[in-house]
Amino acid sequence: MDFSLLWDYALLQDLWKGDSDMELVGVIVTGIGVVFLFLGNFGILRLPDVYNRIQAGTKCTTFGTFFTTIGIGIIQPEWFWKCLLIAMFVLVTNPISSHAIARASNKSGVSLCDRSVVDQTKEFEERKEA
Amino acid sequence: MNDTIIIIYLGIIAGGILLSLIRMFLGPTAADRAVAVDTITTTIVALLVILAFVFNRYIYLDVSLVYGLLSFVGLCAIARFMEGGF
Repeated sequence: MDFSLLWDYALLQDLWKGDSDMELVGVIVTGIGVVFLFLGNFGILRLPDVYNRIQAGTKCTTFGTFFTTIGIGIIQPEWFWKCLLIAMFVLVTNPISSHAIARASNKSGVSLCDRSVVDQTKEFEERKEA
Repeated sequence: MNDTIIIIYLGIIAGGILLSLIRMFLGPTAADRAVAVDTITTTIVALLVILAFVFNRYIYLDVSLVYGLLSFVGLCAIARFMEGGF
């Protein structure tokens, strides 16, 4: 792929001469979402621990999916309410599933990485037993 | 929306899915794999919305919504199973 098109002036002019100015806004919003989706997936590969990976994956992909979907809704205005419905659905269900998987991995005994500083669930269990 | 921009966006999303796929094959515990699959499915929901715009099909938005719903239900079932429930 030819990446020199990214800083081509003709491409910018072509974008400005699009159907409307809202299309450029939609393209930029979708780009922000796509970058955040990539960062979330990169955090899944890179971070050392299950809990850190849950944090990176859930936060970044929720934000990225929200912005990508809203951006497509801005580009195609007759699809906006359906796109908003998908975005709100992801915004509601993604934290719930990530909380469920974090709780399950804590209960099934997945240990924290060795660079962790504090484990408050263990402290809570000890305080409850005492 | 320019064709070049669409190809760049789809390429970035495909690279991200590839990174998560490496973690899914590599992950030491089952929770790692479950988290990787959750991230991949949330990414694919966004990818299906972009593909709906590329192919100009309204029905793909419904497909994306149902995909997200099934992913949520499946991950909750996996979490319940790992917890020792049922």
